[in-house]
Amino acid sequence: MKTNIILSGVGGQGILTIAAVLDTAALSEDLFIKQSEVHGMSQRGGAVQSHVRISDKEIFSDLIPEGQADLILSVEPMELLRYTPFLKKDGWLVTDSESFVNTSNYPEKGDLFHQIKQHPNHVIVDATEIAKKIGNSKIANIVLLGAASGIIPLSEKSLLEAIKKLFQHKSERIIKLNLEAFNEGKKVAEGITDVANSN
Amino acid sequence: MKSLLLGNEALAQGSIDAGLSGVYAYPGTPSTEITEYIQKSKLAQDLKIHTTWSVNEKTAMEAALGMSYVGKRSMVVMKHVGLNVASDVFMNMAVSGINGGLVVVVADDPSMHSSQNEQDSRFYGKFAMIPILEPSNQQEAYNVMSYAFDLSEELQLPVLLRMVTRLSHSRAGIETGEKRDQNGMNLPEDTSRFALLPLNARKQYDILVDKKEILIERSEKSDLNTLKLSKNKGTGIIACGLAYNYLMENIGENEASYSVLKISQYPLPKEKIRALYRHCDKILVMEEGYPVVEELLHNYFDENDKIKGRLSGDLPRTGELNPTVVGSALGLIQEKVTPVSSVVTPRPPQLCEGCGHTDLFNTINELIPEIGDKNVFGDIGCYALGALPPLNTINTLIDMGASITMAKGAADAGMENAIAVIGDSTFTHSGMTGLLDAVYENSPITVIISDNSAVAMTGAQESTAVGRLRKICLGIGVHPDHLKTMVPLKKNHKENVELLRKELNYKGVSVIISERPCVRLSRDQKEEIKARIASLNCECN
Repeated sequence: MKTNIILSGVGGQGILTIAAVLDTAALSEDLFIKQSEVHGMSQRGGAVQSHVRISDKEIFSDLIPEGQADLILSVEPMELLRYTPFLKKDGWLVTDSESFVNTSNYPEKGDLFHQIKQHPNHVIVDATEIAKKIGNSKIANIVLLGAASGIIPLSEKSLLEAIKKLFQHKSERIIKLNLEAFNEGKKVAEGITDVANSN
Repeated sequence: MKSLLLGNEALAQGSIDAGLSGVYAYPGTPSTEITEYIQKSKLAQDLKIHTTWSVNEKTAMEAALGMSYVGKRSMVVMKHVGLNVASDVFMNMAVSGINGGLVVVVADDPSMHSSQNEQDSRFYGKFAMIPILEPSNQQEAYNVMSYAFDLSEELQLPVLLRMVTRLSHSRAGIETGEKRDQNGMNLPEDTSRFALLPLNARKQYDILVDKKEILIERSEKSDLNTLKLSKNKGTGIIACGLAYNYLMENIGENEASYSVLKISQYPLPKEKIRALYRHCDKILVMEEGYPVVEELLHNYFDENDKIKGRLSGDLPRTGELNPTVVGSALGLIQEKVTPVSSVVTPRPPQLCEGCGHTDLFNTINELIPEIGDKNVFGDIGCYALGALPPLNTINTLIDMGASITMAKGAADAGMENAIAVIGDSTFTHSGMTGLLDAVYENSPITVIISDNSAVAMTGAQESTAVGRLRKICLGIGVHPDHLKTMVPLKKNHKENVELLRKELNYKGVSVIISERPCVRLSRDQKEEIKARIASLNCECN
């Protein structure tokens, strides 16, 4: 078993929190993990990505080769499309529908969605909307993780435990919000990403 | 359970476990987390390991040498361009030799993710004639530290440890090993080797040159350099440091059918290279950074077609390696991938919302129609982003401190209204000496120190400039009438423009300190800064 995941977004949108949940869950299942991240200048409102690789065998490269990603999970729709050369033919695209517009030439949203829909396996989630309803737009990242959880080969139990562990220093309320975010995200994608597990 | 650590953190833990007594460093991507990890380590605190940031890489390296002189194990950490700043002591301590183990950790940034160039530190190691270690993965970064210190003490030479961005900033599960005690105080028997007068230096230099053979022998025998010859005599591969991982990613289960020399210790093991060269029809060199090894091979075996790599075009000449380009060079990847849609537009980094630098640039931009649009000399830090649209304020960005000295040179040549923009930490790192040059000649320049009380770009580390800028400028000799302060806020815009206009009209050195804390500072950090300033003021009373 080897799963390659690209997390993408804009610096400050919380992709490293998603990465940390995946890392923690994978370690708890005694799997090998490699996870690269972006530090420095790009973190300032620029495009950022993290390569997460999970396997039951030793992993060599910290970077995913082109055409080898099983999943691109993005907290922003244009940032999703930036990494399509990495996607496997039958790989999945999961993204928030909400754009983060901080450039003057940001594309039309319709064009972005049109491009995303060219890929057979895609899930567009109103993650920011769902997060707001739960009570905090910042947890959109965990909503998305929930939505993609059917495609990720880690048990729901270890993912939820990892969330609890990561937020253990925060209040009970924050932990609860994040767990709820995960579950709401999962509900949205149910019926769509089931295909992944039957493959 | 293994601990999940960045390559930088694994290396840092390795140094603590190897009996480190002090780390000296100036923050710089991709090296910063090494020092930060030791600063935050409970174990390091209990062991009283020195971890405070230094003013720049040169002062850091000199302090590390001082600690080594006393017999203890010290480490100095920087990004690749930091080694340029520290190169004076770096070259000379190879000649003097060290006492307690001294490891120079340099993190290179191929592809320039956060840097001005992609210089390869292995050149510096070769230049100084010292051993270089280059771990290929996170576990090796941990393991190699105790070996590095042992080697340093055995050879009485500093050891250069080269990291690269992808290894520094990627996590993996790490197993830690035994912990070694710190060295006690043990002054050198003969201190004359540290007094590099020509008389001593010549003697020491001969000793250094004579160590060449033993360095090669160590590389030859090192477990870090492994040669596996297979029956396949086609392409033999030399994989240096991180490139080994990209190789293994591609050949994986077919490993046995390739002849591979893994290199993680330099100088190069000539015998092992010769054995591979004789065994194979072709040699493909994979290395992160410059074609250092490929060039050496052309020297060993006369320039020939048998040696392939970045120079031959089999791998890209510039930029970092990745599993895809390595796979293509091996002829293993032909598949076409989905290209990035033309809908996607670039998203370069930019200043944070509410950043004080933005207000400062708006102030300067107001005067650009009057002074011209090529007069602003910038420096290294977040504010370098002022060179990009929509601000387009800054014209130059070369190295730490160059804003003030380039503005001075331009003024010397007749430029009127030359402006230097420099951050508080960059100013104490390398701006103070240049300001003295300007003051000495009363050059007509206006220096703006954009003081956000932090080393912001690398993650808001503490700045040695906090609370000291005014006194430093006065001490250097800036005239009190032309040492001004402003707060870059929208509401002060008009008044700030007037202040800048007035100082530009003064035909001598003006310094304007533009003060506003970094928006990234946490409430705790801001409180800490206030306390530090209060205690500084207290000392003067």
